[in-house]
Amino acid sequence: MSLLRVENVSKHFGSLVAVDNISMTVEPGELRAVIGPNGAGKTTFFNMISGFLLPNLGRIVFDGEDITSLLPARRVWRGIARTFQITEVFPELTVRENLRIAVESASGFRLRVWQSRDDDGEVKARVVDLLEMSGLTEKADRLVGELAHGDQRVTEIMMALALKPRLLLLDEPTAGMGDQETYDITQLIRKLHHDQKLTIVLIEHDMRVVFHLADRIMVLAEGKMLAEGTPQEIAANEAVQAAYLGKVAA
Amino acid sequence: MIENDTGRKLAVLVCIWAALLLAPYWMPPLGGYTALGTRVLILGLAAMSVNFLLGFTGVLSFGHAAYFGLGAYGAGLSLKYLAPSTPISLLMGMLLGGLAGAILGMLIVRRRGVYFAMVTIAFGQVFYYIAFQWSSLTGGDDGLRGFSRQPLDLGFFSIDILSNADNFYFFVLFCFAIVVAVMGFILRSPFGRTMLAIRENERRARFLGIPVERHIWIVFTASCFFMGFAGALYALLNNFADPKGLHFSQSGDFVMMAVMGGMRSFWGPLLGAAVFVVLQDYLSSVTVNWMSFVGLLFVLVVLFFPRGLLGVVRRKLVS
Repeated sequence: MSLLRVENVSKHFGSLVAVDNISMTVEPGELRAVIGPNGAGKTTFFNMISGFLLPNLGRIVFDGEDITSLLPARRVWRGIARTFQITEVFPELTVRENLRIAVESASGFRLRVWQSRDDDGEVKARVVDLLEMSGLTEKADRLVGELAHGDQRVTEIMMALALKPRLLLLDEPTAGMGDQETYDITQLIRKLHHDQKLTIVLIEHDMRVVFHLADRIMVLAEGKMLAEGTPQEIAANEAVQAAYLGKVAA
Repeated sequence: MIENDTGRKLAVLVCIWAALLLAPYWMPPLGGYTALGTRVLILGLAAMSVNFLLGFTGVLSFGHAAYFGLGAYGAGLSLKYLAPSTPISLLMGMLLGGLAGAILGMLIVRRRGVYFAMVTIAFGQVFYYIAFQWSSLTGGDDGLRGFSRQPLDLGFFSIDILSNADNFYFFVLFCFAIVVAVMGFILRSPFGRTMLAIRENERRARFLGIPVERHIWIVFTASCFFMGFAGALYALLNNFADPKGLHFSQSGDFVMMAVMGGMRSFWGPLLGAAVFVVLQDYLSSVTVNWMSFVGLLFVLVVLFFPRGLLGVVRRKLVS
């Protein structure tokens, strides 16, 4: 059974049709990339999957369950985690605290008003694991707001991972990063995909990253689906080339 | 480094509690009097309750005096009509403030920022006018009189907290310590960290699976219980409750104490309340326009020390 099924969703903002009748099916363990020129509706599409926006039309099914109008927090509880195009972290808390909040939320400790300090060894151990995986161990006790952009981005991805998601949504994970950082983060995503068999959907502008990582690619343009297929198929697709080169696709 | 940090924190805590415990002995030589210390504790507790919501969850209520005032009326009415018992009056005051907060909280947690503040003012004013109009029960504009705090009956002996100001101070300090300990424990718990998460980045908190509205409601309700408790103590201090305690200008005073003292710090609001109360006590005997001076100080603090007075002290200590 497919993990995520998006069926004919549309989103309007007034008279602007941001997403027009798009469907997508993601299988467990798949890494799907969503690409397209600016304003193609990629982020809007993402926002509907994560619950940030509700679609005007269509249906979203996750693991056999209709989640079309579920609140964001409830989608997280079912296993959907996401990052944002503009990094969303807790800037005035340390890396460790950022991760700890995520781990505690995932463990269902959100409402615990007792248990002070560090008495939960499991939480602590998981935070240490995440820090090691991210390579941020040395910066663990620095405020996230003071870190370089790339490290903040990695922190955000680690927070999403702390939720033990079954579906990870990454909105332009390499945006604003240098070559080395882009390489590092690509390796990290690759590892998550290959080693942990995590299902990932990502939006990305950097084509090297997309063609390096994706099992399948979906191309959006002006809110519509332009093409869908393996990286080889997409690379050979004339309509896609036209959209990216700015020619009129006939 | 980290050990140093905990050591310093412990030292600061010891200093604070020592100063509070010994206040009846060091205040009079400095020109103060014990009841002034009691006032600082009670208003400080109220400011800390406001700050529980404002400083740690990032939600500004401008109507928290309503729950303070409800606590005061709850305690007064309980003493006058229900039972001549100080503990029961405190319980009733806390329940009245807290339950009102729990119910109204459900209606306002979906609002944010300015809208949240406006709605809290509006609900607060509703209680003000009820207290003002319902003279037969509340005494209207004259306030609620005809009750006084009762001796604490501990079975084999009783403590006079009515005529002995020191005894009453220690009783208030004891109550203060309990509530402050509860606040401290909550802030250190996983739930407390979700509060910080909401303050720091509501969107991230939501997408970490934290149901933001529900958590804000819980914090709002808790802070209203604390507020009601402080209000009940205030009624016991004055043996009097009046509608001004519910008015939004009183809410403004609490917010001012919290911001002036330092809203990101746990103890800041207590310092803010101390400065506010002492200035008020001293200046109001000199001029009726004492508030303009407090206001001036407030503006200066906000402009030059955005972390509040305690923030300044802390920086001095660190460097």
